[in-house]
Amino acid sequence: MKLPAEEKARLEQLCRQFRIDLIETLHQRQTGHPGGSLSVCEILTTLYFEEMNVDPADPQMADRDRLVLCKGHAAPMLYRVLAEKGFFPVEEMKTLRCLDSRLQGHPCPLETPGVDAATGPLGIGLSAALGMSMALKLNNSPARVYAILGDGEIDEGTVWEALMAAVKFKADNLCAVLDWNGVQLDGTTEDIMPMGDIPAKFKAFGWNVIECDGHDVDALYDAFEQAKTVKGLPTIVLAHTVKGKGVSFMEGKNAWHGKAIDDESYEKAMIELGGAK
Amino acid sequence: MGKAIRDVYGEALVKYGKDNKDVVVLDADVSGSTKSATFGKACPDRFFNMGIAEANMTAAAAGMASVGKIPFVNTFAVFLTTIGLLPARALGSYSKLNIKMAGAYGGMSDAFDGPSHHALEDIAVMRTLPNFKVFVPSDATLTDWVVKNAIEDKSPMYIRLSRDVFPDIYQEGEVFEEGKGKIVREGTDATIIACGLMVGNSLKAAEELAKEGIQVRVVDMFCIKPLDNELIVRCAKETGAIISAEEHNVIGGLGGAVAEALCQAGAQVPMTFVGTHDLHGECGPYAKLQEKYGLDAAAIAKAVRETLARK
Repeated sequence: MKLPAEEKARLEQLCRQFRIDLIETLHQRQTGHPGGSLSVCEILTTLYFEEMNVDPADPQMADRDRLVLCKGHAAPMLYRVLAEKGFFPVEEMKTLRCLDSRLQGHPCPLETPGVDAATGPLGIGLSAALGMSMALKLNNSPARVYAILGDGEIDEGTVWEALMAAVKFKADNLCAVLDWNGVQLDGTTEDIMPMGDIPAKFKAFGWNVIECDGHDVDALYDAFEQAKTVKGLPTIVLAHTVKGKGVSFMEGKNAWHGKAIDDESYEKAMIELGGAK
Repeated sequence: MGKAIRDVYGEALVKYGKDNKDVVVLDADVSGSTKSATFGKACPDRFFNMGIAEANMTAAAAGMASVGKIPFVNTFAVFLTTIGLLPARALGSYSKLNIKMAGAYGGMSDAFDGPSHHALEDIAVMRTLPNFKVFVPSDATLTDWVVKNAIEDKSPMYIRLSRDVFPDIYQEGEVFEEGKGKIVREGTDATIIACGLMVGNSLKAAEELAKEGIQVRVVDMFCIKPLDNELIVRCAKETGAIISAEEHNVIGGLGGAVAEALCQAGAQVPMTFVGTHDLHGECGPYAKLQEKYGLDAAAIAKAVRETLARK
């Protein structure tokens, strides 16, 4: 299923703005993770603006869809998207990682309106998302649960425990997304922990597997819509992405996983993104 | 006579959880041992066997709690508080989620399986987690109350259970309160502050000492967190000597918590720590292990005499 052209254009415009704002915030704050935030931009934007039933006026709404950002270090992009949705003022992005801020270095639901799960330690987010989906099923809730994993994160064994359990419990209200950018903190995933045939691995664990371009909002939308129609099985969207997407010198570079953005890099990035003042 | 704590626990889950649709129970393939299977039989739709995957189980329970469920998470105490610790901290503690971690086979109660299956560090680990409450019931009646209370109180909790039979301390209908220790025997010469198995052993020690003319007060400190600081300080002032007694490493557990309370209040008195002393035990009959590792009534009585000599 395709997005209407004007809707696609709207999402793409939002993503352009989010990237500019992300670089602005991370440069200003001199802390935070640019690489993984840039790679997850379209995934978060498509989910929050096209798929998820959430209400900024009632962040705890019982039957809301949930999102677990398992790769919690991409919190700055999650916050930017939540702010755009109206959960808190965009202005508040300035307080990211500051003392007394609601915008902690990694997501925490007790701190930030719109955040559904505390993440940061890798490997347990999918399990938490599974628990949510099991509880929502018990409640006969129509809500869906989304879990966004990093590809470095799947080094963690717990992820594979959750994959097994989600199939056992027929968690068809659970949709995982792999932000498959091929780079983790110390290097490429191929160098650090080669995973071999990733789609085959997820298929072997019994999941419905959809592969798509993780920077194409149309393709992401189509994948999420397909996932909704699958009964009795959880779905994982293997989203091909580029770490640092949108800033040429950050793309595919593990050095930009969690590096503070210096003034020169900031100027260059802003010119590339069309955000130069 | 007393009942096996694990049996009482399983029955209590059914008694208080059967008609409460929010109660869900998870186990990691040891439900026949933890007795969570008793609930599983009564309420199969709310019982989830998660396989031998404790971290996934605990994190999934946290996810369930965030949707409003009251999950009881079950496996042996040693695995729950080590493999399950990351999700307990990162999700349960940090987000103050309503998860109930029930550590079966506390202390050396899984006697014959040996140190790999003993839990002698769990109280220390779990009481340092912000927002967590920690309970160590000493008999059947109290175990029943702890389960009922866990369903009513929305805090994350660690409940340390036992494989074994504990002698009855309380009459049915006894009233308990979170954060309030129970004086189970009066005395003026010293106070033994105990939890779990050690409450029964302490009462035996007190009997023994009474024959020597030593009158010992025994406190059941079943709620390690929040701790009854007021009672601890009062016992120090009224009896002038404190002996902590726990089936746990003397580092960081009940004794440590009691000492913290006394120091904070400036109420230091001679104190002795009964427990295991920074070691892993071995396999063997439970009673023999208690004797060898200084957890039985004789060891407690000896500690009382030594403490009195320092008064």
